[in-house]
Amino acid sequence: MSLVELHAIHKSFGAVQVLKGIDLKIDEGQVIALIGRSGSGKSTLLRTINGLETIDDGTIMVAGKKVGDHDTDLLDLRLNVGMVFQQFNLFPHYTALENVMLSPQVVKKQSKAEARAIAEEMLTKVGLADKMTHYPDQLSGGQQQRVAIARALAMKPRVLLCDEVTSALDPELVNEVLAVVRQLAEEGMTLVMVTHEMRFAREVCDTLVFMHHGRIHEKGAPEAVFANPKTPELANFVGGLAG
Amino acid sequence: MPEFTLWDIVYNLLLAARWTVLLSLVAFVMGGFVALVLLLVRTAGNPWAMRLVRGYVELFQGTPLLMQLFILFFGLPLIGIDVSPWIAAMLGLTLFTSAFLTEIWRGCVESVNKGQWEASATLGMNFTQQMRYIILPQALRIAVAPTVGFSVQVVKGTAVTSIIGFVELTKAGTMITNATYAPFTVYGCVAVLYFVICYPLSLYARRLEGKLHNVSR
Repeated sequence: MSLVELHAIHKSFGAVQVLKGIDLKIDEGQVIALIGRSGSGKSTLLRTINGLETIDDGTIMVAGKKVGDHDTDLLDLRLNVGMVFQQFNLFPHYTALENVMLSPQVVKKQSKAEARAIAEEMLTKVGLADKMTHYPDQLSGGQQQRVAIARALAMKPRVLLCDEVTSALDPELVNEVLAVVRQLAEEGMTLVMVTHEMRFAREVCDTLVFMHHGRIHEKGAPEAVFANPKTPELANFVGGLAG
Repeated sequence: MPEFTLWDIVYNLLLAARWTVLLSLVAFVMGGFVALVLLLVRTAGNPWAMRLVRGYVELFQGTPLLMQLFILFFGLPLIGIDVSPWIAAMLGLTLFTSAFLTEIWRGCVESVNKGQWEASATLGMNFTQQMRYIILPQALRIAVAPTVGFSVQVVKGTAVTSIIGFVELTKAGTMITNATYAPFTVYGCVAVLYFVICYPLSLYARRLEGKLHNVSR
């Protein structure tokens, strides 16, 4: 059984159908990039996986459990699925360390010492051992995003969703964040990312999913997808990137 | 006819001003408590509860405080509950304050970035945890200045309770005027006393606004 199984997902915003029947399986350790033009539904799809968007039809199974509407299901889901956002969304009134410690303490009821140990470990892992007592507004965008990654990791999720995690960063800060994501991929973390960094996606991911008009248009290994697009839409998209 | 010195007037006004301050404090504290409950109900997302709270807020914002007091003071006895002017004044101002504070605080909660809700939700927090650790601490910073500013409105609002016979600063002024026949002097003193209570609050609100806007934590 796959770690995440999406079946026939439909989602509309008002009259606009954003997802028109998505089937997708994500295995443990798989690294998937969702690519496609803006408006193709990739971010919405990502957000349905952890229940930030409700779905109109279809089923989502995470770690063998169907995601329903009950609060307890949602908590279960979110303990399994972590997320990192384009805008970081760090809590501005807490230090980097407190940002990472909060959820393990509050949600998982870990002791302060336990939470602190995990938070320090995660912040060290993303290279911010020396910034623990800094507040978000004292950190660069790249550092903030790495804190956000550490914060998600401290909950020990089985899947990490990354929603355009470098899109809000100045170009010179992109690489430090990508390096962390790459390291996670190498360690075997299951990752689903929406990204515009095609070169990175190509190097790091084992599967590319090309979305077009709310459907999965093509899917496959990065080399295959980039080298031999089977549909004109993907050829067009890939060609547009090169040009 | 007895002579009244200025000190006689001021002394008696000061005695009555204690009731103005007490009534303001009680209305503000109790109104704040009611407002906090209404705010949580309003934000928790049940559509019926939300509508109910909105109706409540609009009812009190859309009618004069004087009418609210009249209805409490004259209406409650009609259904068999006798209320003293003090109870009616306290109740009326509490309801009035709660409606306005609910609205002010709702604005503050909504001005917290939506990403804060999403990030805390993806970390597994429930509504109570989100409110307690993430949203309210941030909303509170935004809310302090307008809340202190509104407290000035509450203080001035207590003057209206003189009409239902509650003896606070304004009512005392009327009574002293009836004895001294010196309305200008008496009401002048009354005005000065209100100003002495309210001005520090306005000043404090303005200072807080400047201070809290400069830092984000």
